[in-house]
Amino acid sequence: MADKVVPIKEQKLMDVKLGQLPSWLAARDYSAQGIFLGFKAGYDRFFNKYINVKNAGIGGFAMLMTGYVILSYTWSYSHLKTERIRKYH
Amino acid sequence: MLSRLALRVLAPAALRSWAPSLSVGVGRQLHTCQQHLAPVPPLPEGGKVRHGIFPEEFFQFLYPKTGVTGPYMLGTGLALYMLSKEIYVINHETIVSLCFLGFAIFAVKKYGPAVAAFADKINEEQLAAAEEVKNDMINHLEQTIQSEKKEQWRAEGFHYIFDAKRYNVAMLLEANYRERLLTVYNEVKRRLDYHVAVRHLKQRMEQDHMINWVEQSVIQSITPQQEKESITKCILDLKTLSKSARATV
Repeated sequence: MADKVVPIKEQKLMDVKLGQLPSWLAARDYSAQGIFLGFKAGYDRFFNKYINVKNAGIGGFAMLMTGYVILSYTWSYSHLKTERIRKYH
Repeated sequence: MLSRLALRVLAPAALRSWAPSLSVGVGRQLHTCQQHLAPVPPLPEGGKVRHGIFPEEFFQFLYPKTGVTGPYMLGTGLALYMLSKEIYVINHETIVSLCFLGFAIFAVKKYGPAVAAFADKINEEQLAAAEEVKNDMINHLEQTIQSEKKEQWRAEGFHYIFDAKRYNVAMLLEANYRERLLTVYNEVKRRLDYHVAVRHLKQRMEQDHMINWVEQSVIQSITPQQEKESITKCILDLKTLSKSARATV
């Protein structure tokens, strides 16, 4: 199926071919408002899919907590490296 | 007063010039944009999540290439990699997190449905209250429409009332007119009767006066000598009468 030609800027990430990835990244809006809108779009997408729905289970909250756990582990990894069991991996 | 009359005549023209849109169907200028707020669509179904933290789309994304066990193999490989390279370090916090996760999973599995039912109940109560307000408003407005229609029907029948009232007023006027006519007639008759009575009285008084005057003059004309002569004549007549009467008896 031949869709009408959509410019790189407006394509969603999953529709971008692998070779077009750098140009897609370059075409994104990195101004202050652009970054803010990007965060807001992500927030809205996540919340409208997993939290502001009719039968929201533990999934939305659990995903957020998992992300927080992974993020805090990443931030404290340089300290946790000192508690390793083996020296050579 | 004339200025007010002039204003009243000019008012429609002025209104039309000030608000040109109002004279042509009022409802057309408003609500030209699509209405976004009503009716509010219901909340959509949530995104599916497997094992509490992995979105279903991830499993579907890997299904064509790796089948059903693909994501699980990926997870196992990743876990072993992290452990073996000690990207994930096992320390006291691992034990804490394991206990905590076990407890959390147990709590969610045991009390999750109850909490969900409670939240759904609250939601439904709010929805029902809002629905009730809406239905009440709709009913109230429908009743208003009905009563308005009834009033319009009643307004059609007003000419009966007006006819009856006009008839009543005509009756009143007629009765009043006749009453006054009667009064006039009575008054006129009274005045005429007065004149007639005066005339009769005058006639009677004249008659009486004349009779009295005649009597008086006759009595005065009877001189004492005439009186004596008349008395002797009366006695003689009586005697003759008594003789004739004795004769007959």
